[in-house]
Amino acid sequence: MKVVLRNPKRELDVPAPRNVGELLRHLDVVPESVLVIRNDTLATHDESLADTDVIEIRPVVSGGAR
Amino acid sequence: MKCRRCREPAVIEVRRHNAGFCRDCFVRHCAEQVRRAIEQFDMLRDGERVLVAVSGGKDSLGLWHLLRELGYDADGLYIGLGIGDYSDRSGAHARAFAQSHGLTLVEIDIRDTYGFDIPGGSRAAKRAPCSACGLSKRHLFNQAAIDGGYDVVATGHNLDDEAAVLFGNVLRWDTGFLGRQHPVLPAAPGFVRKVKPLIRLGERELAAYCVLQGIDYIVEECPMAAGNRHLGYKEALNEIEERSPGSKAAFVFGFLEHAHARFAPDAAEEREDLRPCASCGAPTPGDVCAFCRMRARAVPS
Repeated sequence: MKVVLRNPKRELDVPAPRNVGELLRHLDVVPESVLVIRNDTLATHDESLADTDVIEIRPVVSGGAR
Repeated sequence: MKCRRCREPAVIEVRRHNAGFCRDCFVRHCAEQVRRAIEQFDMLRDGERVLVAVSGGKDSLGLWHLLRELGYDADGLYIGLGIGDYSDRSGAHARAFAQSHGLTLVEIDIRDTYGFDIPGGSRAAKRAPCSACGLSKRHLFNQAAIDGGYDVVATGHNLDDEAAVLFGNVLRWDTGFLGRQHPVLPAAPGFVRKVKPLIRLGERELAAYCVLQGIDYIVEECPMAAGNRHLGYKEALNEIEERSPGSKAAFVFGFLEHAHARFAPDAAEEREDLRPCASCGAPTPGDVCAFCRMRARAVPS
């Protein structure tokens, strides 16, 4: 499956894990710091994944002057 | 996972509430949290004109959308900070949102109006870029609200922002900042009221709200913010939250309930010592305000 990461934008090809939560663990990403988007819709951590999926892992943490 | 409210398939889980939500119930959840924050802290009153500080990011565009959904008369203010292509792109997101929703966006370009940009001001004043940026935005939002006859400035500070700022203030025991850390800063001579209606929503919730509402925000992070202290605090707090969901909310709301009042006199004392800036008239503890000092260094006359 294809995984799109941001900041900087890049793509990875990885074998599909069982579900979204496992993918985040595999990539060592803290779930609280991202949204997972599959085919333009949000995906919860228990959702199953397939090798044909395209997944965006979008960071939600913003910093700097507020 | 099922939606806690309607049992339809969930699109997002919010571990702090131990709940999943479908799209429609999540959008309602966000609006309810903002409405509750406004009521809990008496942020806005009927008929008031609100100026939303808009950056083109998820928090400010989400806030603007939510306030309009809740029926508030809210215009936006975008400040062009002159941070290269990033400013061009963030401004484009703010303008596109305003146009597609039929809203009024006031714009100030700091370089055109004051003759310097944030990278230049930061270098000239020997301030960290985020410090120069925050100082400029606070000054200009307040001034624009006064000039435009607005009653209140609303900013997109969310639960994560407040938790990170509180974490930093506690690490340094900065009693003045702790006294000012509140979802409402009341109006005072030279200051309009400032409110933070997103304090009951985390930034992950704001990003999800924007995705689900089709709000096209700038996902890219400001290039000048990389590696700053605030981001480090957020990373640490998210690790804690992961192990113990609800920690950030307990930290912020526990502070507001049990500790803020102890520090409020320190902040009030600092406000009493303010006088008009000799250059622009804005309240300042010295003769000339920090914004005018930075401008004088960046643009020598």
